Parts: sequence; C-alpha cells; structure tokens
Amino acid sequence: MIPAASDYLRILPELVLSIFGMLVMLIEPLLPEHNNRKALGALAFVGALTAVASCFCMAAHSGTAFGGMVRVDQFSVFFHVVITLITAVVILGSFEYLNVQRIRLGEYYALILFGAVGMTLMSSAVELVLVFVALEISSISTYILAGFRRNVATSIEASLKYFLLGSFATAFFLYGVALMFGATGSTKVYEIAATLRSEHAPMLAFVAVALMIVGLGFKVAAAPFHVWTPDVYEGAPSPVVGLMSTAPKAASFAVLLRILFAAAGNIPVWFWLIWVLAALSMTLGNLGALVQTNVKRMLAYSSIAHAGYLLVAFTAAPVMGISAAMFYTASYAAMNVGAFLVISHFGNQDERYVTLDDYTGLSRRAPALAAILTIFLLSLIGIPMTGGFFAKFYVFRAALGSNLIWLTIIGVVNSAIAAYYYLRIIVVMYMRETTEEVPTMKIPFGLGLALSASLIATLYLGLLPGKVLGYAIASAQGLLK
Amino acid sequence: MNSSLLNPSILTIVTFLPLVGALLLLFFPRRDRDIRIFALIVTLAEFIISLHLAAHFHPAISTFQFETNRAWIATPAIFYHLGIDGISLWLVLLTTFLTPLCVLISWKSIQDRTKEFFIILLILETALIGVFVALDLFLFYFFWEATLIPMALLIGMYGHGRRVYAAVKFFLYTMVASVFMLAAIIWLYARTGTFDFVTLQSLIRAGHVPGFASASLLLFLGFFVAFAVKVPLFPLHTWLPDAHVEAPTAGSVLLAGVLLKMGTYGMLRFNLGLFPEQAHRNAPWIIALAIIGIIYGALVAMVQTSLKKLVAYSSVSHLGFVVLGIFSFTQLGLVGAVFVMLAHGVSTGALFILCGIIFDRKHTYELKEMGGLATPMPVYATFFLFIMLASVGLPLLNGFIGEFLVLTGAFQARALYGVLAATGVIWSACYLLWMYQRVFYGKVGNPANASLPDLVLQERAALWPLAVMALVMGVAPLIWIHSIDPAVRLALMPLLQYTSQVIGH
Repeated sequence: MIPAASDYLRILPELVLSIFGMLVMLIEPLLPEHNNRKALGALAFVGALTAVASCFCMAAHSGTAFGGMVRVDQFSVFFHVVITLITAVVILGSFEYLNVQRIRLGEYYALILFGAVGMTLMSSAVELVLVFVALEISSISTYILAGFRRNVATSIEASLKYFLLGSFATAFFLYGVALMFGATGSTKVYEIAATLRSEHAPMLAFVAVALMIVGLGFKVAAAPFHVWTPDVYEGAPSPVVGLMSTAPKAASFAVLLRILFAAAGNIPVWFWLIWVLAALSMTLGNLGALVQTNVKRMLAYSSIAHAGYLLVAFTAAPVMGISAAMFYTASYAAMNVGAFLVISHFGNQDERYVTLDDYTGLSRRAPALAAILTIFLLSLIGIPMTGGFFAKFYVFRAALGSNLIWLTIIGVVNSAIAAYYYLRIIVVMYMRETTEEVPTMKIPFGLGLALSASLIATLYLGLLPGKVLGYAIASAQGLLK
Repeated sequence: MNSSLLNPSILTIVTFLPLVGALLLLFFPRRDRDIRIFALIVTLAEFIISLHLAAHFHPAISTFQFETNRAWIATPAIFYHLGIDGISLWLVLLTTFLTPLCVLISWKSIQDRTKEFFIILLILETALIGVFVALDLFLFYFFWEATLIPMALLIGMYGHGRRVYAAVKFFLYTMVASVFMLAAIIWLYARTGTFDFVTLQSLIRAGHVPGFASASLLLFLGFFVAFAVKVPLFPLHTWLPDAHVEAPTAGSVLLAGVLLKMGTYGMLRFNLGLFPEQAHRNAPWIIALAIIGIIYGALVAMVQTSLKKLVAYSSVSHLGFVVLGIFSFTQLGLVGAVFVMLAHGVSTGALFILCGIIFDRKHTYELKEMGGLATPMPVYATFFLFIMLASVGLPLLNGFIGEFLVLTGAFQARALYGVLAATGVIWSACYLLWMYQRVFYGKVGNPANASLPDLVLQERAALWPLAVMALVMGVAPLIWIHSIDPAVRLALMPLLQYTSQVIGH
C-alpha cells in the first residue's frame, strides 16, 4: 500500500527536521577546518523554525497516517510545537557556547535536529513499536550530545552512564511493549484500548504497563530511576542539558500520557505506581538539591523534583490531569531551557564557573544576566506572574479536584523546601559580595535572542496562561476519544 | 461628575504607574542623579494622581468604588477586579504618600546599585497598592506574593550586617504562611467556581457553598496565618526585628508603614468579610494574642540597646492595637483600628527615617553611642520629639485618636480587654521617653558626636510632610473617619448578622 500524500503532511515537521539535519551533515565536510560552524548553526536554526511553522500545516491535517501508526491530533501538535520551539531556542543559544568551548563539529547541530525528529515522532506515534523506534532515535542522539565536551572526563562519563542506563531502560520499555502485544494481540494504542475495555484485562497487561512506566520513568528522571541524572547533567554541555531536561522529557510524558490514559485508562493498577513515583521524585529531588553546591547538579535534582510535580497530574482526573501535565511541560521547558542557557554562558571556557561560589556577586558583574536568571529561578519556585506558578497551580488544583489531599500536601511542602535552594542562588547573586575574580562576557546576540524567547514564554505563561491551557484542555479531550 | 471618564481606569493607572516607571528605569544609563530625580518624579506624580481617588470618593456610597472588572484568565476564572472602599482608599494613599519620602531619604544613603534600588522600590509600590485594590482573591494573592521579592531584595541587597539572614528569614516566613492562604483560596474556588470577593461573600452569606460549615475553621485559619505572620501577631513576630534592623531606611519605612498593614487589612477584609462566624468564635484567643503582643512588644522595646530595634518592637505593640480593634467587633474599635494603621504608618515611618538619618551619620543604631544629640542637632531633635510624641499618643497628634478609639471599642467589647490594652499606652510612653532622654539629653558623651551635622535638605523635605500629617491627622481626624466609618459599618455587617442570628435562636 502506498501512503497517501496527506500522510506525509502529517509527519511534515519530522521530515523538515530530518532534511535539515542531513543538509547540515552534508555541508559540514565542505567547510574549512578552522571555521566556527556558525553557518551550520544558522542553517539548523532555520530548520527548527521551519519545523515550527510546519507544525501548523500538520495541525491542519488531523487524522491518522501510515496505516494508523501516526495520529495527528491537538495533543500531538501541542508537543510538536513545544519540542520544536525548544530545539530552536537551544540551537540559537549554542552558537556562542560552541565557540567558547572550542567545539568545531557541525554534527552537534545535526544531532539536535535528529534528536528532535525522534522526540516529535514520539508524541504523534500511536503504535508502540514506532514509539520505541522514535524513543531510540531521540535517545541515541542525546547520548552522543551528552559526551560532546570530549576533552572533559565528566562529559565522557555522562555520555557513558546515560548510554548504559538508558539502553537498559529502553529495554524495559520494549519488554513492556512485547508483553502488551501478548496480552492484547496488538501494538496500536487505540486497538489496545478497545481490547482492554471490552474484556477483563489480563494480568499480563498490568505487568506490561508497569514495565513501560519503568522505561519511561527513567527517561523523565523520576525517582527511583533518577540516579543517573545529576552526573549526566553535570557532565553534559549546558545547552544540551537545557535540551535534554525538557524536550525528551516532554516527549516521554506525551507517550506516558497516551499509554496510561488512552490505552490503559481502565487499568487502575498504575495509579498507585505513579502516586509513589511522584511522591518519591518530589521528595528525593528536593532533598538532594538542598545540599548541592554545583548549580548544574542542583538543577539536575530540581528537574527530578519537577518530574515529580508533573506526575502528580497523572494521578488526577483525566482531562484536568492531562491538561495540567501538558501545561507543566510547556512552562517547565520555557524556564529550564532559559536557566541552563544562562548557566552555559556564565560557565565560560570548559564550564569552569558552575559552583555557587562563582555566582557570588553576579548581579554586580552581569546585572542583566542575573536578573534574567532570577526570573527563571522564581518561576522554578512557582512565584506568581511566572509560568511556573500556573504550572504548579493547575497540577495541584487537578489533584485537589480528584481528592488527592495527601499527594497535594506532599507537593506543597516540597515546593516550600524547594524555594530554599533556588533562593540560595538568588541570595549569592544579589546579596553576597564577590571574593574572587570571575570573568563575565558580554551577552552575544544569538544567546540574547534565545534568552528573550524563554523569558517571554515564561512571563506569557505566567500572565496569560488561558490560551495554552485552553488548547491543552481541548487536546486532552481529543486524546481520550 | 466631570471626571467620570477617568473613573474606570484611574485605579489601574494608580496601580501600575510605578511599574511603568520601573520599566523605563531599566533603560536608563547608570547616572545615579538622573535616576533619583526620575524616581522622585514618578512617585510624586503617583501621589498626585492618587489624590484624585480621595477627591472623588463618595463616602455615602456603600459599595466598592472606582471599580474595574474584566476577565483576565478563563480557566480558572480569574478576573481583573479592582475597587476601593473607605478602608483601602487610605491605605493606597498612605503607600503613595510614603514612597516619595522613601526616595528622598535614600538620596544620599544609597550610593551603590542605585538603579536596581529604585527599580525595586517602584515595583514594590505597585505590588503594595495592588494588594489594597484587588477584589479578586487570586489577584490579591498575586500582588501579595509580588511584594515579597522586592522587599526581600531591598533587605538583602542594601541592608546592614546580617542582611542575608534577615532577608531569607523574611522570605521563608511569609512565603510558607501564604501557602496556607492559597490553599484556602483554591478550596473556595473549587466549591464555588469564583475568586471574586463580592460574589464569594454573598454566596457564603446565603449558605450556597457546599461543605462550608465543616471547612470554615480551616479556611479561616488558612487566611489568618498568612495575615498574622505579616502583621506580625505574637508569637509569629520573630522575623520582624531582624528584617527591620537589617533593612535600609526606605525598606523599613515601607515595611513598617505599609507592609505590616497588609496583614491587618487582610484580617479586616477577608477574615471578617468571608468568615464572620469563625471570626466571632476565634476572637477570644486572637484578642489574647493581640494583648500579649501589645504588652510584650512594649516590654521588649524597653530593654533594647539598639534604636532601630526599639522602634521595630514598638511596631509589634502598635499593631497589637490594630488586631485588638478589629476583633473587638465594635464600630469604634474598627474605625480606631483603621486609624491606627494610618497613624502608625505615618509616625513609625517617620521614626524609621529618623533612625536612618542618625545611621547615615554614625553607622550604628546603638543607644550607648548616642547621648546629648540635641546640642549638635537641634532641628533633628525637634523633629524626633514631635514624631515620638505622636507615636506615644499625645492628644492632638495622630497616635492618640486611633488608640483612644480602639480602647473605647475594647472596653465596649469587654472591660478587661480595655484595661489590659490601656497599659500598653503607658508602656509606650515609658520606652519612647526614656529612649529620647538617652539619645538627646545629657552631655555629649562621645566627642565624635559633638560635630554631627544637622539635617540636610532632602532629609527635611522627607520629614516635614510626615510631621504636618501627624498634626493634621490629630487635629482633624474626621477627614479620614468620614469615609472610614461607612466602610467599617459595611465590613461589620456580616458579623452583626451572625451574632443577631445566634442571639435570636
């Protein structure tokens, strides 16, 4: 069977990203050795922007494609837009970073684009083997990206650790897919849903769902599958951390949402699994972050905690929960990418300046940068007027609406604990005086643009969250149909 | 009315003008003098515009005035709902009145990171005004939290020795407490689908909120804890001395003058307005805490060795009067409470400015370093005496009116309350007069003090309005009480309804 032309439109963003990725790979060897590869970055940036634009074309052709393997609905469009935007911003923020770190490999940009192909595909794939393939595309790209500071031991360690544990986790996921096929005779999400609805769900299906949760739990860095996170985030290049703490997570959450709510909606066993995962992630993440002095590690633990908050939404009633989770991924992406871009800029050559001590008096040396980082941190705390506030607000409201009092209490207590360590960064930046000379560079144009984009997104979601939430609610309803 | 055209948007302008000023300041080059002048112009313009509110306010109308109500966010249904009554009107004016004085008093003392200082100050002003004009609970919470960061930054960036400790303590105390308020707000929203204060009030009064009876105590406490920390009510006051002592002068002025009133305003508006029944039930222990605060604050103030800490503890004592007045549930007590809020804002604001002036010269607040200052600084001593007497509660000055009304109200409620609280007036005379004696009279003990310069222009400019205001409020309190009175009557209404029901049964 030859796929119809409209099928290709339904994976247009993936096609655009792949084409631009390949272009980058083709042009890269033609460039002279000493060239700084900014042109490739620009090309990749154009590619990412084109992909963002093509999401709208894709949105106009909702429906299934390729024999029901891909499904374009508002849900997948939402994640396509989020992921491609993250990709664009990260590419933009990487120009100067690569220069400063003396990384002259154009593959960096190609890998980001290829990774994005996998991530976007994850959000629209409704056939579990295709999900697995997309997951692998995304993972393998990020494994390599994590090791891109190849002269630095911690980066190599990050890459290796991420790779070994990551492949282990994807194996779990694949095992879950296999068992699900055994239990229901299908690998298509909506066929599985129909089978599970019509008859008594076999034990095998429970195990399958649990295994898939383990695999994806690793990808989103939920406790107790989080142990890799601090080391990997510490070693990987900062812009890449900005990417991999947001985009693959968004994609994995999308898959998790689809599997749990659309396919396994009436298998209640996963409820308590997720409940425990959420409580553990919030608590372990925040407690871990309290004692960190390395800002990258601190934000790594914070990302574990945020995965926990997000999982709280999974335990709530479907439409409220799904929309809250979607909103959370978007606003977490905005603030976290922004925070890591500031860190990447301030880290300077070899990312030397990443400890709290290096941040002392930053408000004096780089007032603008400090102010921007402060806003991202306030958003991560969940202070009103930032996206982080409404993200938490919607999640806890959804949880309260489903009478999950205890999980909400754990979450709120955790938010209070979390305020302390984010505040520490603000305190050292503004309230302590510099003791050592830490050089700061001017903010280059590309980074400035990337930071402004993240900042605007963070404030937009904090001041006018209505549109995005409305879209999320509509897509949640669409997802359940 | 010829200005009716302006009416719907005037509150928005008053609220956000300082923020616009702050945004413009962002783009200013770092020329400190221009920045100061610009900040002064913005805050003065703000004050003048806010006078419009007072000029066109109708005391006779018993609803909220200058109302704006627009949809802001669809889910959850949050409205941009602003409005003022006779209580919030004066608190807004207090804020706009004090802020230009803060700019003046920071003229010389803030030399480092001037631009950031004034940006933060202006943002703080917007947030403070927002708290008083918001009529949507969510919007209120927004502004409430928004005051937190600028204040913590003012303390932490421009404060003295232990500033970081004080700033973090302030931030964590108030943030943790306001989480309880947020929880209560969300609960109310979950059951009613609205954040609107007026709608909620009528829904609760009509008994249309499912499960309200069983949850109302927790809801009351959720709001109350957030407000009690801000006031601060004994025993939640421990952040206050630290914050005050370490804060720069402008920070202390706004902290004592306006920020603390957010707490008492909240109690008056929300605890009384939404939960009259629980307010009535819980009044005894709240009044007990208030009276303990009055006496304890005064006694602790008496033994302080630092001038600024003394003034800080006197705030704990004075705010105790406000809480007492509010929970006396008498017309006089409530009017008195609102008046004490305003009077305390003026006189304690002035006292902190006076503390700051001496700190600029001596770089210490220690009382033992002072003595005989009346000789080198006669003008300063005169201002200090005047303001101190206002704070003590000398008749014809502003402190007297409010405290007198509160005490009358307390006596009406229960004689014991009045008797106990009245001792607070005596204590305050003790510690303030004794402090004055130690600072200004006697021989100049420290030779360095003999050559201290007297007030300069900006300092006089900051003190004159406060001194005049203290006198006017003492001589012609009716200007204020005229519009406070009907608003308080309205605020008391749900409570009186409840008590008459109880008696009726």
